[in-house]
Amino acid sequence: MAETTTNTPARPGRLREFWRYFRENRGAVIGLYVFAAFVALALGADLIAPHDPTVQDRTATLLPPAWSEGGSWSFPLGTDPLGRDILSRLLHGARYSFFVGIVVVVIAATGGILLGLIAGFAPKWLDTIIMRIMDIILSFPSLLLALVLVAILGPSLLNAMIAIAIVLQPHYVRLTRAAVMTERTKDYVVSARVAGAGRARLMFITVLPNCLAPIIVQAALSFSNAILDVAALGFLGMGAQPPTPEWGTMLAEAREFILRAWWVVTFPGLAILITVLSINLMGDGLRDALDPKLKRS
Amino acid sequence: MLRYLLSKLLTFVPTFIGVTLISFAFIRALPGDPIIVMAGERGVTPERYKELVEQFGYDRPILVQFWDYLTGVLQGDLGTSFVTKKPVWNEFFALFPATLELSICAIIIAIALGIPAGVIAATHRGKFFDRALMSTALIGYSMPIFWWALLLIIVFSGNLHWTPVSGRIDLLYYFKDVTGFMLIDSLLSGQKGAFASAVSHLVLPSIVLATIPLAVIARQTRSAMLEVLSEDYIRTARAKGLSPLRVNGLHALRNAMIPVITVIGLSVGTLLAGAILTETIFSWPGIGKWMVDSIFRRDYPVVQGGLLLVAVAVMVVNLVVDLLYGLINPKIRKR
Repeated sequence: MAETTTNTPARPGRLREFWRYFRENRGAVIGLYVFAAFVALALGADLIAPHDPTVQDRTATLLPPAWSEGGSWSFPLGTDPLGRDILSRLLHGARYSFFVGIVVVVIAATGGILLGLIAGFAPKWLDTIIMRIMDIILSFPSLLLALVLVAILGPSLLNAMIAIAIVLQPHYVRLTRAAVMTERTKDYVVSARVAGAGRARLMFITVLPNCLAPIIVQAALSFSNAILDVAALGFLGMGAQPPTPEWGTMLAEAREFILRAWWVVTFPGLAILITVLSINLMGDGLRDALDPKLKRS
Repeated sequence: MLRYLLSKLLTFVPTFIGVTLISFAFIRALPGDPIIVMAGERGVTPERYKELVEQFGYDRPILVQFWDYLTGVLQGDLGTSFVTKKPVWNEFFALFPATLELSICAIIIAIALGIPAGVIAATHRGKFFDRALMSTALIGYSMPIFWWALLLIIVFSGNLHWTPVSGRIDLLYYFKDVTGFMLIDSLLSGQKGAFASAVSHLVLPSIVLATIPLAVIARQTRSAMLEVLSEDYIRTARAKGLSPLRVNGLHALRNAMIPVITVIGLSVGTLLAGAILTETIFSWPGIGKWMVDSIFRRDYPVVQGGLLLVAVAVMVVNLVVDLLYGLINPKIRKR
């Protein structure tokens, strides 16, 4: 009973409950560990990486990985056509990927939630205008729109991130609006309004916390989408520019060597796949843990 | 049904105008003077500059420009390419069959494998098959397809020499375009080996393009099937003694298909986005490669027109899916 009167003890309880459901999904926990390991590697890249990611060693170009014939342990995953250590480039590249993921999700989610809340509370005409604009953005294949936006803004990692955030943002608007629509007629919102809560308070303090579950799941999804799309833009030459050790850009630089040196292509792609996979595993776990419908069954 | 159709068509119009507005705004949004930007390193003489300003109508009010653009678009006038000097409209429709052929093959692969995989996973819930299939689906869903394409090229073209690396057909074969679909045209031509060559060129790109839709369809089929299998009428069907095949295949799958069809429709956008990467890697002469090449060549009328046509194609498909959805699910229509 004491728990319901004060607000603070309820928090760890909710978190613990979340963790209980999240833990049930073994894949999600594995995903979390892999993700945490990659984050740690990315943060410690300066200490762990055996070489500088952009330093070229002309005496050791296209060296195979250490375990295969002709490889050397000073370049554990081999070197690229310019003699740069692939392992070091991958470790530093992890920083870009996580950075990109976080920034894109923050921009897309903040903008999307704000617009979604406005659409949910606004008069019908404003709601219609916002949702039509979102429909228009969604009519373009995301990667194509991002490509064209980057063509306007100029190819760089920052512009790629802005473009992808714009492309991902309508999903948040739709989700938030849909959640607001179902919440705002509920009794607790009506009573808050009757008690004299202003519109801003209703939007951000009364309704928003109860709409967060699907948005959090969407955040995980768009985190992995952002990493994939930035890598794709890098691969097409419209993202991070060489010699940045971004994974997609690394793949683009390695393309012409695919039939001669499999390792220059294999490892960057594997890094993308494992990162995205671990995030998607976590996303599935989050959905299971946060979806009240599944909880009860 | 007629009201439903009309209401869907009515939302189509403002979206179409909006899409046109975005593609119209594209050239104006380029930093700097559009004509200087378009001229690029070639540069322009002052006389030519004036001529171009008049030709593109940049000296007129912006609303008049948009009106001209919109009416031009409705008449099929999307400008001409800087590089080839051909109308964008003609170029688009010359290349569109290649993308369509690739996308159709990809979606067939995705449906033919994805639906059975989802059904098997659902009927074996929690068991080995379910885990194995759903893990594979999640890997497919997380796949950077540009990397996946390179891996397949290394294995099947580089090591095994089973498939060619690029293009739609061997240069040995030449025949007239009838349908624009290489598979059909090669058969019609009657040349020996032409069809086999077309197929071998098509296999890897369609597998690559099918990967993500396949994973999405399999996951969606599984969850839709699980939902349907817990319904009372399925229990009744089982209690009546119907064979599991009949219950799963006929009673359950039919209702589980409704959300799956939506997902298939939605994956058209994914296919076109995927086509950009797939076509670039396999040098497949379709819309995706055309757009990427044009962006690099600064062939802005092509980028502008292509953007618009691709968006309209996606919108039309979504409209068709919405209408089909209303046709199979009467509940939607009534709303």
